[in-house]
Amino acid sequence: MLSRTADHLFWMARYMERAENTARMLDINLKERLLPGSGDSEARGLRAMLRISELEPAFDARHKAMTRESVLNFLVADPDNPSSIYSCLLAARENARAVRGTLTTEWWETLNDTWLQFAGQLRGDELSAHPDTLFEWVKFRSHLSRGVMLGTALQDDALFFTQLGTFLERADNTARILDVRFVEVDDPDSRSAARQLEDFYYWTSILSSVSALEIYRKVYRDVVTPARVVELLILNQQMPRSLLASLDGVCTNLALLTTGTSREVERTAGKLRAELLYSDLRQIFSIGVHTFLTQFLARVYELGNQVASAYLMLPVG
Amino acid sequence: MPVHDEMRDEGAVRPHYERFQHWLGRQGGETMTRKRAEADLLFRRVGITFAVNGDLSGTERLIPFDLIPRIIPADEWTLLDSGLRQRVKALNLFLHDVYHERNIVRAGVIPAEQVYTNAQYRPEMQGIDVPLGVYALVAGIDIVRDGRDGAFYVLEDNLRVPSGVSYMLENRKMMMRLFPDLFVQHRIAPVAHYPDLLLDTLRSVAPTGVDEPNVVVLTPGMYNSAYFEHTFLAQQMGVELVEGTDLFVEDNYVFMRTTQGPRRVDVIYRRIDDDFLDPLAFRADSALGVPGLLTAYRAGRVSLANAMGTGVADDKSIYPYVPDMIRFYLGEQPILNNVPTWQCRKPDDLAYTLAHLPELVVKEVHGAGGYGMLVGPAATRGEIEAFRTRLLARPSNYISQPTLALSACPTFVDAGIAPRHIDLRPFVLSGRTVRMVAGGLTRVALKEGSLVVNSSQGGGTKDTWVLE
Repeated sequence: MLSRTADHLFWMARYMERAENTARMLDINLKERLLPGSGDSEARGLRAMLRISELEPAFDARHKAMTRESVLNFLVADPDNPSSIYSCLLAARENARAVRGTLTTEWWETLNDTWLQFAGQLRGDELSAHPDTLFEWVKFRSHLSRGVMLGTALQDDALFFTQLGTFLERADNTARILDVRFVEVDDPDSRSAARQLEDFYYWTSILSSVSALEIYRKVYRDVVTPARVVELLILNQQMPRSLLASLDGVCTNLALLTTGTSREVERTAGKLRAELLYSDLRQIFSIGVHTFLTQFLARVYELGNQVASAYLMLPVG
Repeated sequence: MPVHDEMRDEGAVRPHYERFQHWLGRQGGETMTRKRAEADLLFRRVGITFAVNGDLSGTERLIPFDLIPRIIPADEWTLLDSGLRQRVKALNLFLHDVYHERNIVRAGVIPAEQVYTNAQYRPEMQGIDVPLGVYALVAGIDIVRDGRDGAFYVLEDNLRVPSGVSYMLENRKMMMRLFPDLFVQHRIAPVAHYPDLLLDTLRSVAPTGVDEPNVVVLTPGMYNSAYFEHTFLAQQMGVELVEGTDLFVEDNYVFMRTTQGPRRVDVIYRRIDDDFLDPLAFRADSALGVPGLLTAYRAGRVSLANAMGTGVADDKSIYPYVPDMIRFYLGEQPILNNVPTWQCRKPDDLAYTLAHLPELVVKEVHGAGGYGMLVGPAATRGEIEAFRTRLLARPSNYISQPTLALSACPTFVDAGIAPRHIDLRPFVLSGRTVRMVAGGLTRVALKEGSLVVNSSQGGGTKDTWVLE
């Protein structure tokens, strides 16, 4: 398939996945507000969210005060923020439009319609009226586009590049969602009792944000502890949004796309996956969760670059 | 002035519209309004939109779709079909001739300077043999019916990159979706096999020795106004849609960059004008083309559809000579009429044009898309005088024609159902043989009394039925 086509598909999938995960992250924040807590903790939460998406400088350049409204608007509806849900859904749609002939009709219409409806909801003020409904909607549109892809697309390179994009982005985003709390302190189990209770609600909402609360119960049949959350979201191969499961997805699709120039990227991905597969909690805590996640994010970034140079880059003619 | 109405003849419904009229009479206005809203929604969701030249905001617009079909009875289509085949055959023979023997010029039928000083003439094509000797593989011939005598006239031959065929296909799909019962009641010639015919035509011009040609569609990109059509045709034919940057030339062969490495390209259905095809040969500032493409093409290693240099045959300065071409090459009388045309480069014609500006349509010789033209009867005195100045400054840049009272077809507008002027663009495919689907794109001027049907100027489209 054309390199340019592959590139558009890869980014189409990444943007859709990013929109979904941003919605998931914002949803946690929303739920946290329902708990008793200090205004201080809300500001801390907002700032952590920006920091984790590496958007703090961009936000500060545009807004004087950090209010819930300004952050929400920045992350959801701001066309000038390339990572806002608005920009992601538009970029997903524009990338899809550039290769709409490669997509099945239903697939393209789903992406196009998602964008049209989202823009309509923003105009209709859905963001300030029912943010939770809006985030839920974004999540379900992402489910829908994945479903329509799996249900209608030919299982060829186009599908593999799309899935590669999805899994790579998901690895990145899950790591970031998890990292929000560890930016502050590396070992949450060592903290005060009051903070630990607050944490309990926090980790529960983290789990539900990645649709993992029921999974947690099923896997551990025990109380929610940060250490187990870390284990579930990083190392559990059966948990579909964990780092290891995402890397499995990356490697599977890379194997289906193998060419003469793809050896290096397959090796990088395989190595990262193997390290997760044979890692354990103790090891992660001894490095420090935040440090571990930061290193992981750097390697995922590098992996993205290698995918580009193996398949997507147009040689300069 | 009486205007030929496609549906009615002095109040009585014409036989080929009877059944439809009966059906329409049973539809409430509310149903039609609801169906129109449904069509709009569907078109938008499918993304059948276009960008308007000069509109920098990049907003996408829908081409208004009208629910009332334009119906052509079988006998009229038979006439159009044979007339179009005849015309396109002659045009292709003309193209081969002007790039080879030049018989028509030597015979004095067409003045040499009209051909060889024409900006659309490509000296690079002299003596080059294109596969099957066919230049215009895809032709979109604009036809109007004169509102007075009811006869068909060819208004324009589009032989470069004619567009609109996707609307012909999508309009039909939409009508079948909205009103399936109509298709049960009528015997309407199908059009959906057009992409198959197109692919077959494109494959037939593969370079010698290539049995399984790799055909691609070359688009200027997603910001082109016809981008939807490019993706649509590529998808329907199951071939790659490429941009200039996806292609490169090596050893006179054209390759596309794929995730599996370079892959050879044999036939390019290009939707880019000649000038932009190869920055090394033509416009150096073009980022749309492929450096070296012209050399590969001249070497016969890749085929282009349409061929380079077809513009010399659809130019408005050549248009007046098409009936002569038909007589010259085919020894036949033209089946379809040409609109009488005054060539302002001739002093007598210019004088006539200047004296009759308020009655005439004056067009730029190289213009297209309804831009840069004067429609005398619809223009204000000031507009006419401004145009007169432009005309006098460069007479050879213009032709003029009588203002045809285009026929009208009932159209669903805000005020209800009212007649609006229409034209017709059938698509003619030439490969080993000349083939067409029965139908075409009907464009409709939605403004009352307007004669300009171009989508860039507020025109809409209709489904076109040829009855069997």
